[in-house]
Amino acid sequence: MSRLETQGLVIDVPQRGDGRALDLLLEPGQVWGVLGPNGAGKTTLLHTLAGLRAPRRGEVRLDGRPLSALARRRVARQLGLVFQERLDGFPATVRETALIGRHPWLSPWQMEGGEDLRLAEAALARLDVGHLADRLVNTLSGGERQRLAIATVLTQAPRIWLADEPTNHLDLHHQTAVMALLAEQAGAGHAVMMCLHDLNLAARWCDHLLLLYPDGEACWGPRDAMLVPSAIERLYGQRLATAEVDGAPVFVPARRRARGSEGP
Amino acid sequence: MRQLSLPLGVLLLAALAALVLSVGVGSASVAPADLWAVLRGQGDALPRTLILDLRVPRSLSAFATGGLLAVAGALMQVLLRNPLADPYVLGLSGGASVGALAAMLAGLGGVVISGSAFAGALVSTLLVFGLAHGTGSWTPSRLLLTGVVVAAGWGAVITLMLAVSPADRLPGMLYWLMGDLSYARTPLPPLALLGVVCLLLIPLGRSLNVLARGPLQAAALGVAVRPLEWTIYIAASLLTAMAVTTAGSIGFVGLVVPHMLRLVLGNDQRLILPACALAGGILLVLADTLARIMIAPEQLPVGVITALLGVPTFLYLLYRSR
Repeated sequence: MSRLETQGLVIDVPQRGDGRALDLLLEPGQVWGVLGPNGAGKTTLLHTLAGLRAPRRGEVRLDGRPLSALARRRVARQLGLVFQERLDGFPATVRETALIGRHPWLSPWQMEGGEDLRLAEAALARLDVGHLADRLVNTLSGGERQRLAIATVLTQAPRIWLADEPTNHLDLHHQTAVMALLAEQAGAGHAVMMCLHDLNLAARWCDHLLLLYPDGEACWGPRDAMLVPSAIERLYGQRLATAEVDGAPVFVPARRRARGSEGP
Repeated sequence: MRQLSLPLGVLLLAALAALVLSVGVGSASVAPADLWAVLRGQGDALPRTLILDLRVPRSLSAFATGGLLAVAGALMQVLLRNPLADPYVLGLSGGASVGALAAMLAGLGGVVISGSAFAGALVSTLLVFGLAHGTGSWTPSRLLLTGVVVAAGWGAVITLMLAVSPADRLPGMLYWLMGDLSYARTPLPPLALLGVVCLLLIPLGRSLNVLARGPLQAAALGVAVRPLEWTIYIAASLLTAMAVTTAGSIGFVGLVVPHMLRLVLGNDQRLILPACALAGGILLVLADTLARIMIAPEQLPVGVITALLGVPTFLYLLYRSR
């Protein structure tokens, strides 16, 4: 079991004050959602938690040891990151792309074997992109690429999942399928933290929430304590209407009632 | 492993065929029977001298130089995640050329020219990487642009040196600048370096594949990105410097060979890098053979041939890739 912990963490967002230092504890079985408006530092936070960016202050600990002191290969066996942006310099097939998820598990002299291939193919099938295995990545649609990115991390099989907008570009069915996959990972004793734009997905699938404000302020805790309409309205600067559907709260932007009644 | 051994086996056979061809063909052709006799340690004195002292070292030098340039180009392309990068574009060859010309201008010869070219390539490496790095992070486009500008600067320095050099030294310098294998002496150092670097790169192959997908993705998958990037850059400049000291500046091998191989073999560096060593060697051996026979008994600098072959090939590949 792996635990990711931050102590007095201040992420390094340029030209912004320190705000509130984060003391988070991401434990096995938890699903955390990170909410915040554009530019609040959600991606920066995930990259800092993965050890890809240095924090301005404080530190990130993996199983009690500072992330910066661990070898990248060791970190990569514990912690996987679904990127929001992907660049493709060279052409590669879908199967090859999923297979690189095995990289941290293979020694430098090892070639990928049948077992690695089996894991990659299973991950592709799980994400509903198995039929595309021989296609070049740059011929895929945005949603297919997104599912491929998640399949790559599934092949990597980390105990801690960090996912930056995992439902980007996905249609409704695949959004639900991906959230169910992440919930299943948590159910298997893994920890999940994801940035989300869709408040309703967070309300439905996450058990803990972290709200990041543009000025660096933050608050976090169990979902029900965090989903206070007034706090969410302040977070996005948008008035909301709330309803309950299917046992979960649903938030939609409030219709403009009268001039000036809308948020800033 | 089979998908690795088949293409490499084919390339190895082609390399042997190219070497035999280039040793047999020239201003005085050698019959296959004579060639076989000489290689077994028999035959007349004249063909012996021609083959063992002239043709074989030159062909092996051509092979090694082509391999060095192609592997250096492939490494640069992974480093910059840009299939258009190569040692020439990044100014490494320019720095090496300035070093070599300076030694020639000073009337020095032999080992000093080699050492000076080597120093020039390394200075150019540090200059390009240092400037591109600057205060912030180094991005591929910034590195590429810095390399292009530094290469242009070296070009100006070369022109200046040619302008002030005495007339009797000009032909040698010019030939060297265009890339010429007739000054190549022993093929052992470049061949040894090519072999050693290819062996050292084998365990890095999969890390290079991951790095080709971007530094963040590579770091997330467990690659120590910065040390790997420095390793690649230093290896590539070492290879380039050795190629330039062997045969002067020969363009387009580092650009065209990896590009064509990727179109056919995909982009697994564990296959592409050894394949580049063989295919680059084959290309330069054949180009040098052409350079020797086209206007025999006169010789052309091989760099002219590679440019004449390389430019249209590359333009065609670019056009087709749309």
